[in-house]
Amino acid sequence: MSHSGFFSFLRFRAVIAKEFVQMRRDRVTFAMMIGIPIVQMVVFGYAINSDPKHLPAAILAADHSVFSRSIVAAMQNSGYFRIVSTVATEAEANFLIEEGEVQFVLTIPEQFGRCLVRGEQPTLLLTADATDPAATSNALAAFRLVAEAALVRDLQGPLAYLRRGPPSLQVILHPSYNPEAITQYNIVPGLMGVVLTMTLVIITGLAITRERERGTMENLLATPVKPLEVMLGKIIPYILVGYVQMGVIMLAGRFLFEVPMIGNLWLLLAVSLLFIAANLGVGLTFSTLARNQLQAVQMAFFFFLPSILLSGFMFPFRGMPIWAQWIGETLPLTHYLRIVRGILLKGNGLAQLMPNLWPIAIFLLISLTVGLTRYRRTLD
Amino acid sequence: MTSGAPVIEVRELTKSFGPNIAVNRLSIQVEAGEIYGFLGPNGSGKTTFIRMLCGLLRPDSGAGTCLGYDLFREGDLIKLQIGYLAQRFSLYEDLSVRENLHFMARIYRLPRVKDLVAETMERLGLTRFAEQLAGNLSGGWKQRLALAACLLHRPRLLLLDEPTAGVDPKARRDFWDEIYRLAAEGVTSLISTHYMDEAERCHRLAYLAYGKLLASGTAAEVVAASGLFTWTITGENVHLLAAELKQKPGVELVAPFGNTLHVSGYDPEILRAAVADLDQTRYSCAQSEVDLEDVFISLMNNNRGDH
Ligand SMILES: Nc1ncnc2c1ncn2[C@@H]1O[C@H](COP(=O)(O)OP(=O)(O)OP(=O)(O)O)[C@@H](O)[C@H]1O
Ligand SMILES: [Mg+2]
Repeated sequence: MSHSGFFSFLRFRAVIAKEFVQMRRDRVTFAMMIGIPIVQMVVFGYAINSDPKHLPAAILAADHSVFSRSIVAAMQNSGYFRIVSTVATEAEANFLIEEGEVQFVLTIPEQFGRCLVRGEQPTLLLTADATDPAATSNALAAFRLVAEAALVRDLQGPLAYLRRGPPSLQVILHPSYNPEAITQYNIVPGLMGVVLTMTLVIITGLAITRERERGTMENLLATPVKPLEVMLGKIIPYILVGYVQMGVIMLAGRFLFEVPMIGNLWLLLAVSLLFIAANLGVGLTFSTLARNQLQAVQMAFFFFLPSILLSGFMFPFRGMPIWAQWIGETLPLTHYLRIVRGILLKGNGLAQLMPNLWPIAIFLLISLTVGLTRYRRTLD
Repeated sequence: MTSGAPVIEVRELTKSFGPNIAVNRLSIQVEAGEIYGFLGPNGSGKTTFIRMLCGLLRPDSGAGTCLGYDLFREGDLIKLQIGYLAQRFSLYEDLSVRENLHFMARIYRLPRVKDLVAETMERLGLTRFAEQLAGNLSGGWKQRLALAACLLHRPRLLLLDEPTAGVDPKARRDFWDEIYRLAAEGVTSLISTHYMDEAERCHRLAYLAYGKLLASGTAAEVVAASGLFTWTITGENVHLLAAELKQKPGVELVAPFGNTLHVSGYDPEILRAAVADLDQTRYSCAQSEVDLEDVFISLMNNNRGDH
């Protein structure tokens, strides 16, 4: 008879093999694990691809020169803006934007035409309600070109010299409510973290509660298998699932939505391991706390909601109140979002990722410790 | 196989769930190679006791050893040498018979897993179901699979919680043949059951009610210790007498057995008088052997109040 030992690789392997067979048999869950990323991509991808036109805008004009008029006309013609009102005061303009009546306010300063002609580079201010950056960013980006193109036509004859020098006017874009001005490209990398959090926490949350609910835990506990072997054995198969999900999202992001991926993908895969493991640790901890599978799912959502709301995925992180930022800093998703964006969009290397790696590592350590100590070795 | 220390020796083992005492200061001793029967009404604490033996529940108090290892401190060592068959099927329904056995064999780190599983399936007649999902087996075959799973690692002690519930008579006989074969090899079995015929097959048995041990010993000893006497009454429509007999002094139990009535009581003279009262032309009365079931039922009735 072989001795018991603290950790047996053979027993550990037996648990992994068993989990894989069960995963293969459970078609619904398996389909969900692959299906969720695809569905989410399509849902969010719609928002990404959409290039909303005819957004309501108001004009606050203190100048009525021909130049002002042609800029307003060009805005309208660009298709991005729909001028719905002309206001006389800043208060009125603010009111409209706060109420959501308009998404943009174009402020044309006094003497705009005169300053332009004198070559003084007058300033146009375009204020945007950028709560939904996917909606406004294209219009914002287009405005500068629209305004300059409009003036090119007007600055003819004796004024033509103004076209050759420095830009004839300045445009200040002011996206309010969303100081980080997240662009649509941020969503795909973010989605990767969100999908991993959602599916992995739920699925591993179910892993142990299922054994309890079906009564198989009774058999398992009467064998020499150790808690660590069970927990790690259950985690490993789902790490692979996590990578499959990442693969689906990255392929879709690359080929459907043409998200730039300038960083090192191998680095991304490597550091993602930490994030995936952290989520699995949470799931396992939940499954040691939950009495049944329903509770495990509820707990998973309890974790998922703050993750999605406070991580900077839904709302810009710096725009949140301090207490919310504090909570956000403890969540692995917050740091993972920064990591993914850093790698994919900015080409960050390992050194730059460090500040976001160690918080995830600490989280993983804590969740595994809690999970292991909570793992009940008896039925009572 | 008969010599040496007892395989199970527990003293005053107690376990409560909240205010409810499931096992109340239970002390028993099981010798090596014995087939020990565990009987008692539903909720009497049989499952709870067996779970404490295999480390699934922590006793509140008491002391004991199992296979010579301390129940409280050496659970890991005990687990290596016992085979536990739970009352509820607790293998994986979404794994096939073969996969379940492979898993169990690997968990015990057994050598030659493939051959071992094949041999075990052959021995228990499971080979033709090898690739079938355990969840799709009929109840009796599930039990047989569960037995196979707990025999793989050749345990020295089997803890079988109602292994034959819902199993047909032929399969039950096969099962007992297997248990006897194992006992001959020196394997000890503790078997909980509700079947009287199985109780009589055990070398010794214990009767539990309300978590307390009410009787133990061989079947004959238990009957003798009960102090019960039984008369069998035969005749036409004998069952119509039951209500009348129950009212009589000294009559403890009246139980129909096919076309006969068993009337039991503690005092032989009063009982004789009660039976003699009957119309002797219509019914024939004779003193008979005391039935184990009657003993258990009277034990339960007498202890109902004080738990
Ligand atoms: N996990 C538990 N939590 C709370 N109470 C429990 C638990 N397990 C058992 N009990 C209670 O302990 C008592 C003994 O139950 P147990 O399952 O040991 O009886 P049993 O003799 O096996 O019954 P049966 O013949 O029906 O299988 C019952 O009153 C039961 O309700
Ligand atoms: Mg029971």
